[in-house]
Amino acid sequence: MSEFVLRFEDDLTKRPRASARRDELDLDIRRSEKVMNEPIVRFENVTKRYGALTVLDELNLEIARNEKVSIIGPSGSGKTTVLRMLMTLEHINGGVIWVDGEPLTHTQKNGQIVPASERHLRRVRAKIGMVFQHFNLFPHMTALQNCMEAPISVLGLSKKEAEARAAELLDLVGLGDKKNHFPIQLSGGQKQRVAIARALAMRPKVMLFDEVTSALDPELVGEVLNVIRKLSAEHDLTMLMVTHQMGFAKEFSDRVCFFSGGKIVEQGPPSQLLGNPQNERTQQFLNAVLETR
Amino acid sequence: MKIWDWSYVWEAFPYLYQGAIVTIEATLLGFAIALILGLVFAMIRQSPNRYVSTTMAEIVEFIRSTPLLLQLFFVYFVGPQIGIFIPAWTAGVGVLGIHYAAYCSEVFRGGIENVDGGQWEACTALNLSRTRTWRTIILPQAIPPMVPALGNYFIGMFKDTPVLAAISIFEMLQQAKNFGGNNYRYIEAITMCGFFYYVFSLVASAIVQSVRVWLNRRYHLQ
Repeated sequence: MSEFVLRFEDDLTKRPRASARRDELDLDIRRSEKVMNEPIVRFENVTKRYGALTVLDELNLEIARNEKVSIIGPSGSGKTTVLRMLMTLEHINGGVIWVDGEPLTHTQKNGQIVPASERHLRRVRAKIGMVFQHFNLFPHMTALQNCMEAPISVLGLSKKEAEARAAELLDLVGLGDKKNHFPIQLSGGQKQRVAIARALAMRPKVMLFDEVTSALDPELVGEVLNVIRKLSAEHDLTMLMVTHQMGFAKEFSDRVCFFSGGKIVEQGPPSQLLGNPQNERTQQFLNAVLETR
Repeated sequence: MKIWDWSYVWEAFPYLYQGAIVTIEATLLGFAIALILGLVFAMIRQSPNRYVSTTMAEIVEFIRSTPLLLQLFFVYFVGPQIGIFIPAWTAGVGVLGIHYAAYCSEVFRGGIENVDGGQWEACTALNLSRTRTWRTIILPQAIPPMVPALGNYFIGMFKDTPVLAAISIFEMLQQAKNFGGNNYRYIEAITMCGFFYYVFSLVASAIVQSVRVWLNRRYHLQ
């Protein structure tokens, strides 16, 4: 633990010093460039353990602004855990996750690194949205109400504003005519599209998709993927997606990461990683997955 | 001597009426306490702090494992000896409420645990505050399925109100007994009491049933 704190402090003190060396005139320009070029999400030696089982082992992963990254790998390889830690649904046992230049679960207080307060967590978390495998819609609310709840109670929108935003987003996902339906009245694909609209209503910078098509009937997968395709084409969103849809990963992502045993075994552009994998384990996995198709 | 004498029925009526008011008041007040305190107990049991939740669990277990009458005696008779004086009515309704709060908290706990864990995660992902999560997402899903069990405890509490007689609260059965004692005539008063308990329980369970239907419709739960 103490080692982790030290490394962490080094990092905080190093950054301003490095920029102080630069010429004063173009300091500002460089700084803004730096912010833009800085990865929006950075995992730094992140470790996650459940008891004796190490799920993620000193993970280092950087995701650039607007980058679309797919995470593939066998089950139990820790790929979903990556998303869940970023959404603060899991505690991390070591390392730091940086979101938009800020540590996610820690803050600096009187020169010491301490676990973040709920307020800090909520502020940083606001930049991230998540769509779940099992939708997790609120069953007692209509599609519209599902999309209005958080904008009203968290962002402080008026009911009218929230309703306009929710209606617009439901249109975007092609469910303009299902606004007043309850989740129980919707198909799996429709539920998942409501869930996407609900996450987007919070205007996140980063969207996490956790096996969003795995719980769907095969013929409903397409409609959900189409929505994600549309989002990535029309909106400036960083997207991080855990998926088993290799075809979609290939077409959608800028980069594919192959996870195995809590580590990134291989990563690269989809054409390279999926078309011509170098690592033996990646090859094995892809062979196994593609054979079953 | 007639076995059933209507004149005693009319004579007993005002006594029993007084007692019935006390019984109903005690039930409603006691159950209000049980519901609120039960929910508080259940939420404390959900605390992430292990010591807090275990302590709460032990307290609930203790209350459920000792008789209501004993708890009543403890507060009303033992209390004054250690300097705590509580009026009979407050002690009676309070103990009734706390005793049933322990039972209700188990119902609440079950109902809360029955809400899919994904709902909590969705609330975190949407950044809802803790209170908002409880109030608008978790409880509206947790409470409707609990209504039948809570209704049973409501009726159970109603039927437990005669223990209040032990600390000299004149609830209905005590009134009936006193009337019987004064007139050497028990059959009418006691029978009337029984009839009243029966009717009240029937009405209460009908109300519970319609509350359940209404809540399910209101929150679109199956």
